[in-house]
Amino acid sequence: MTSAEPGEPLVVATGVRKSYGSNLVLDGVNLTVNRGEVACVIGPSGSGKSTLLRCINHLENIDAGTIRVGGELVGYRRRGRALRELSERDAARARRHIGMVFQSFDLFPHLTALENVMSGPRFVLRRPVDQSRTQALALLDSVGLADRTQHYPAQLSGGQQQRVAIARALAMQPALMLFDEPTSALDPELVGEVLDVMRDLANSGMTMIVVTHELRFAQDVADRISFMDGGTVLEEGPPEQVLTAPQHPRTKAFLTRYT
Amino acid sequence: MARATVVGGPADLDDSSLVLPRPRIGRYLSAIVILAVLAFLGVAVARGNIGWDVVGRYIYAPGVLQGALNTVIISVLSMAIGIVLGLVGALMRLSDNVVARTTASAYVWVFRGTPQLVQLLLWYNLALIFPTIVIPGVGSYDTNSLMTPMVAGLLGLGINEGAYMTEIFRGGIIGVDAGQARAARALGMTPFTAFRRVILPQALRIALPGTSNQFVILLKGSSLLSIVQYTELLYSVKIIYDRNYAVVELLLVATAWYIAITGVFILIQNLIERRLGRSVRTTSNRRMWLA
Repeated sequence: MTSAEPGEPLVVATGVRKSYGSNLVLDGVNLTVNRGEVACVIGPSGSGKSTLLRCINHLENIDAGTIRVGGELVGYRRRGRALRELSERDAARARRHIGMVFQSFDLFPHLTALENVMSGPRFVLRRPVDQSRTQALALLDSVGLADRTQHYPAQLSGGQQQRVAIARALAMQPALMLFDEPTSALDPELVGEVLDVMRDLANSGMTMIVVTHELRFAQDVADRISFMDGGTVLEEGPPEQVLTAPQHPRTKAFLTRYT
Repeated sequence: MARATVVGGPADLDDSSLVLPRPRIGRYLSAIVILAVLAFLGVAVARGNIGWDVVGRYIYAPGVLQGALNTVIISVLSMAIGIVLGLVGALMRLSDNVVARTTASAYVWVFRGTPQLVQLLLWYNLALIFPTIVIPGVGSYDTNSLMTPMVAGLLGLGINEGAYMTEIFRGGIIGVDAGQARAARALGMTPFTAFRRVILPQALRIALPGTSNQFVILLKGSSLLSIVQYTELLYSVKIIYDRNYAVVELLLVATAWYIAITGVFILIQNLIERRLGRSVRTTSNRRMWLA
């Protein structure tokens, strides 16, 4: 699906608009993320960050604009000058290469940690059980949960659940990982273990878009930070620029509240 | 703020103090009342004109055993029809398709809104409206010979059950956290795969108590089939008491069998519940608010 070389744009969103009824959530968002980059999206609640993320893998549809991942539209097909929404079946195929991690973990509670990680390869890619298991065990080991493979989500801490969720997304060997406030639901002492896994992932060269309130993490790991407010990207740039020398007054106001 | 102090008990309680439970007077009082009522009932039954020897003689009579077996068969088959219809009905009621949604709602309305006995009699007497049933390409059949008591019973109980099961499954599906479908879609699952692998297993666990309840109601409701002369448990004891006039004794025989069948079913239900609940059982969160 992806022909992009490292450094080339992998995700390109242009003029993305979306509203829920009369409530305009995304008001012409432009965002480009290059292959291998970690882009952090920050901004106040209700600024449209999470909605943007869900539009990128077409969990939500958009009203106007385009979003391309690896040069291809996700969930849409060009029809003359317009875009036609694909069936949910076809959209599912396009989502396979985009991993997503949610604030609420959303592990499958009736499956063990191992079965959760195997669920994508087994049920979507129809890979054989033993091959999926070997891969899942390796992934759980890489997120530090080799000793929790047979546990059900209810038996795991929030931090452990989120690490299983990351492994579950990685099992699909995605070209892009989306993180929707992955540590916001965690107890403070559990945030570190999840951020460590994400940091490792970033160092391995994974392209990541991370919606987060963890500004220190953003400062350490992000190649680029986008500040969103009112449904648009108001300011973006390298972390040192956006976090330490913000230009837009709304960015300044947001940062003083957060630090 | 005052400086922190070491947490400890008041000085007048030493370490050896016993914590006494709250007195349970209500428990003793209720036990006395219940025992008195049971004793009264026991005396009444013992003095009553019941031929216990007759009950004993017929409890394993071949006709009764056959009736009990037929009750189980028709109930299980009707429930199977109800589960299939209920699953389809629930998916239709939750569908985006307005035609499917409306059709399913109408189905639930009509079949929940009319007495089961009336539905049963209508199926049984279908020949009065349609004397022959023609299946294109297969042939035509005499309705009366098709609509045996068993077929009428299956249709009457099964389709009615489907309407109730529609609502129970719908409740189960709605009860699954919305994040589950989102996570399944994000992994690239098609709607069918997401439903089968993620939503349905969780929905079934939620729907199980309601489904069991429906099965027990259906089991007893199958006694309505005595009206269309299907030889289920009630009709089979009626055949006997119409001959020997031991009405109460044979109704007690039927009662014993209904209780026994329900008892066995409750055991099965517990097994299924334990299996479906294995992922949550290990946490004590269920007990916390039941205690």
